[in-house]
Amino acid sequence: MGNVFVSLLYGFNFYLFGLIAIASALLFVTRKSPVAAALWLVNVMFCLAALYVMLDAQFIGAIQVLVYAGAIMVVFLFVVMLLNLGRGDADSDMRGSVGRIAAGAVGLALLAEVMVLARSRFPEELTLRAAQGLAPVDVTAGVIGPIAGPLFNEYLLAFELTSILLLTAIVGAVLIGKKRVTDAR
Amino acid sequence: MTYDLLSPTQLSAALLPDLLLMGGAIVLMLVAAWRPESDAHQRTVGLAAIGLLIATMATVVWMSVRGDSALETGVIAVDGFRWMVDLILLLGAIGTIALAIEHNERDGITQAESHVLVLFAVAGMMILAAARDLMVVFLGIEIMSVAVYVLTGLNRRSARSAEASLKYFLLGAFATAFLLYGMALVYGATGQTQFAEIGLVIRRLNLIDNPMLLVGIGLMLVGMAFKVAAAPFHMWAPDVYDGAPTPITAFMAATVKTAAFASFLRIWYEAFYSVFNGWAHAVWWLAVLTMVVGNVVALSQKNIKRMLAYSSIVHTGYLLVTVTAASVLASTAFTFYALAYTLATFGAFAVVASMQPAGETDARISDYQGLWHVRPWMATAMAVFLLALLGFPVFGGVGFFAKWYLIQAAIAAPAGLTILAVILVLTSVISAGYYLQVVRVMFMMPRADEAVEPLPVGALTRAVLAVTVVLILGLGLFPSRLVEITQSNGFRPYAYSPALDMGLPRFEP
Repeated sequence: MGNVFVSLLYGFNFYLFGLIAIASALLFVTRKSPVAAALWLVNVMFCLAALYVMLDAQFIGAIQVLVYAGAIMVVFLFVVMLLNLGRGDADSDMRGSVGRIAAGAVGLALLAEVMVLARSRFPEELTLRAAQGLAPVDVTAGVIGPIAGPLFNEYLLAFELTSILLLTAIVGAVLIGKKRVTDAR
Repeated sequence: MTYDLLSPTQLSAALLPDLLLMGGAIVLMLVAAWRPESDAHQRTVGLAAIGLLIATMATVVWMSVRGDSALETGVIAVDGFRWMVDLILLLGAIGTIALAIEHNERDGITQAESHVLVLFAVAGMMILAAARDLMVVFLGIEIMSVAVYVLTGLNRRSARSAEASLKYFLLGAFATAFLLYGMALVYGATGQTQFAEIGLVIRRLNLIDNPMLLVGIGLMLVGMAFKVAAAPFHMWAPDVYDGAPTPITAFMAATVKTAAFASFLRIWYEAFYSVFNGWAHAVWWLAVLTMVVGNVVALSQKNIKRMLAYSSIVHTGYLLVTVTAASVLASTAFTFYALAYTLATFGAFAVVASMQPAGETDARISDYQGLWHVRPWMATAMAVFLLALLGFPVFGGVGFFAKWYLIQAAIAAPAGLTILAVILVLTSVISAGYYLQVVRVMFMMPRADEAVEPLPVGALTRAVLAVTVVLILGLGLFPSRLVEITQSNGFRPYAYSPALDMGLPRFEP
């Protein structure tokens, strides 16, 4: 009895957040004002975070809220605000019906691809590997432990290289963006 | 056996030169930021960077002489091929910084951090040369590309430089997306990111006709073709090469290309060799198209930087032959060719840099009219570089042997690429049209009356010119030692399990 209730609740939440996400995504691409579009995108991100939590990926859900809904969208809004683009009277990128039809066709093709892939069978070895890869969640390690372990052991090199990449990007951004100190003389 | 990168001794055994370079680059970054911008500070940091690069070079030589046995698996390759490529990359970086110090002084670029970015870019390239894992390849490519995007736009008073930088950034990001999507599909099809494992899974599960794998390889091929500027993905190269500061153009044309190709070779030899028949035709046509388009369009160029840009596209086409050939001999032909090409490219761009007056001007070929009468040594050096790029015997020095080994590798390839070798030779004949045109202009035409006297050449640029000429001619006269070194440092396609060798069918489109 309890199980039925849980699965009913689960299904309800899935459809609730899924529908909100789809509706917000549609509103996001159809709004003329960039600020409104950005806010609808934040809504999409929140719904996706909820879906991640329902998939038992709480950490990714939290990161989704912090990084995408929080940091990146705030930067978007800042740029819109600083460049004073918020009026929404600018020409749309999507011109003419040809562009709309092409975009719709691409969207339908992607949808069809997802449908086909959802039904297709993968090689046995791969699906088995994936199933084995999902170790039962160790309660003592929490949600973050299973991520931290591989990150700082198996993938340490990639992790460190990412920090070099970010450092390079920061040095480059400062180099391009800063005022010339010598010009102040 | 693989290296356990968590243990300090094994980490240093695998990555000592890279760690030295990255650590040194971070220290130099702090040094660069310590003082206000000035020409003197820029020069100091540049010279320190050259010192760091020479130290890294010494470490690489020491590592290769110590000769740890080539490891068969693992994320990082420790083999002779990697050390050879590292040396070529470091040589290119030294040339770049040496030219950039004096070029910066003349163009009023005072940011000392520009040299640090070159160091970061080379660190990324060295990672790329060693990477045996798709993830590490991606990070290496990005470290290299991000640094070079910024270096392209270094001259902030030049609108053309800014345009080049933005164009390179957008198209580079586009190419990265292709590459990453391809990697994701390859991972999806095989469940592995390490090259050796990918190769094994393809064999074991018989994924040779798997559409997801083939689409993934195709997308990765497009991404790589963008990065090495192979036709039809070469459109960005002439504009970007023309707009960037000349030393950075040399860096992009030679060093970035060498690094991208080293990784290209390693991925296609080690991970995708099992599906050779799936991609060989595509790379074959890519090579032919690049050779033909580059050579034909180069003929009509009036600007020498654009001409050299198209020439670098042509050399991409020649180097693509080594990917299709897929043999130990082809990998050694690649390192030999990359060295010769780096020397000749840096020499030629050193001449272009020293001929360019300060500020933003077109580097027209007609400016070289009668150069022989005012700068006989420089004209002679330029002739040597152009003949080396052409692959001319004796006067082109090592360039001739580089092309010779390339053709040999094509003919001796397991798949038999005789037609490709013939196309290579025929398109080389076309290339004589634009290389020799510059030589003719320099030596056989009178100096124009209104031509201004070229600026005096700085000591570092002169050193780059002297070293490249001497190496090109010297290695051209005595190539045997270099041939021995490169030949003992090749690597086999799909080296790990010769028992699984496919017995490839002969391939001739």
